[in-house]
Amino acid sequence: MSDAVVLSAHVTGEIEHWKARFPEERQRSAVIGALLAVQHENNGYLTAEQMNAVAAYLDLPTIQVYEIATFYSMFQTKPVGRHNVAICTNVSCMLRGADELVEHVEKKLGVTLGESTADGRIYLKREEECLAACCGAPMMMVDHKYHENLTHERVDQILDELD
Amino acid sequence: MAWEQNLVCFNTFAADEPHTLATYEKHDGYKSWRKILAGKMTPEQVVEIVKASGLRGRGGAGFPTGLKWSFMPKTDAQKYLVCNSDESEPGTSHDREVLRYNPHALVEGMAIAGFAMGATIAYNYIRGEFIDEPVPRFEAAVKEAYDAGLLGTNIQDSGIDFELYTFVGAGAYICGEETALLESLEGKPGKPRFKPPFPANYGLYGKPTTINNTQSLACIPKILDKGAAWFAALGPENSGGTALFSVSGHVEKPGNYELPMGIPFNDLLELCGGVWGGRELKAVIPGGSSCRVLPADIIMDCTMDYTSLQAAGSSFGTGAVMVMDETTCMVKVLRRIARFYMAESCGQCTPCREGTGWLYRMLTRIVAGEGRKEDLDHLLDVANKIEGHTICALGDAAAWPVQSFLEHFLHEFEYMIENRGRSIVDGAADAAA
Repeated sequence: MSDAVVLSAHVTGEIEHWKARFPEERQRSAVIGALLAVQHENNGYLTAEQMNAVAAYLDLPTIQVYEIATFYSMFQTKPVGRHNVAICTNVSCMLRGADELVEHVEKKLGVTLGESTADGRIYLKREEECLAACCGAPMMMVDHKYHENLTHERVDQILDELD
Repeated sequence: MAWEQNLVCFNTFAADEPHTLATYEKHDGYKSWRKILAGKMTPEQVVEIVKASGLRGRGGAGFPTGLKWSFMPKTDAQKYLVCNSDESEPGTSHDREVLRYNPHALVEGMAIAGFAMGATIAYNYIRGEFIDEPVPRFEAAVKEAYDAGLLGTNIQDSGIDFELYTFVGAGAYICGEETALLESLEGKPGKPRFKPPFPANYGLYGKPTTINNTQSLACIPKILDKGAAWFAALGPENSGGTALFSVSGHVEKPGNYELPMGIPFNDLLELCGGVWGGRELKAVIPGGSSCRVLPADIIMDCTMDYTSLQAAGSSFGTGAVMVMDETTCMVKVLRRIARFYMAESCGQCTPCREGTGWLYRMLTRIVAGEGRKEDLDHLLDVANKIEGHTICALGDAAAWPVQSFLEHFLHEFEYMIENRGRSIVDGAADAAA
């Protein structure tokens, strides 16, 4: 398969958009933006073929793309459920019931942190970071969207509405 | 006493559309920048005003901003300004508010900073998790500023060039460390650089670079507009200006509050409705999880500024005030903090990479009821062996919570070890029942 087939026109457009922000020969700075765009189109994870295609497109050694995909927590390199659910469990959220919320969601979905539901609908990410919405704790991020001041009922409603 | 709120960074927040250019200009926005474009100020004057204002870096280290700017070489080489919007210190959520509700203050602050240092290209590094709302808000503000002829090449025939770009990260606490942030901006894993050389000499792409925090830069327009003396007088000596406090945890009204530096902790707590449910205060982490915890009796005597919190044995940090009531199990909180630093260690320094794992595993063992008395000595020993032995401050940030929790709440750890994993908090609740 050629690289052009692996990367959609939308993705190459995004990569060009990022490249234009950096000086000549500094296209490596566009790797994060490129991978975010690729992952967004691929149900939330990256394949080796896609990473290779990004490396080829930016004229970089593949390792320089792999090391980004594996260092940063927003990238997934294995298939995951199509909706990314990240419940913040850092101190501020923990103090307002995040651990109980995780337990509730694990029970509801029948998975533990880091797993996806069998129907491929939801990936319950193990979120290590604080997501910087501490005054709306407990909170979670669903497909990049922040939901704050959560109750178990509200979480049920949000998760049930996901297709 | 009544404290005036939203004087600087949150200035536009009461407006219907606080984030627009029109709103910002109604609040004297771009007045300072237009003055510069009209040739009425020199870069040296700007640096002197910022120095005199007493503004210190709000990202956690508290280094004087004007002094930092003066370290940039006066050469014609390409220089860069980078804004650190990688807000990720646990407990901190106010830069997100600046990005969402007053992004033009940051755009103008960056433009002024660029002018002061001769940096004609700037990047705002925003954490990846902000991609849905803060990033588009900031980018919309940048576009508005370009469309209004406030950014670009030879802006309004002033001879001043300033290009401003957004960069989006992808999830890594360590990228809040300024040299890790530069690595990330160069498209590499966020591993902090050994210093020296400092970024002012060898920064982004090896060029002179200054990295400032979102809040620090968003303060700049008002400082120039209202004067250094006005800003400095808002707070006590050595802590000029206002601060953005993110008050989270066990208070009635958690929130992001902009208040003058030096507000007594007690007043801040009252503004937040006090400890929730009429409970007693147990402890406060005053500036994000990397700061040392303070027990209630110490923090109640503190004012919220650099000097007071340092004298009390902690630090101002990012102004992230995490409040814990009497029902909080300090062992479990410390275990969560230790897990965070273990997960976020970049791995390049052995004491941090290995030590953070040791800390977490020992604390997990204690919580699981398998703790041994000597574990407490081991915890302290490992923390002391990480502190000061790593390239960046993440190692210290992992050590300080451990040292301070053990210093102030040792009895909770001892109780849990003696009672095979039972928390002193549960013991107290049972005794009361």
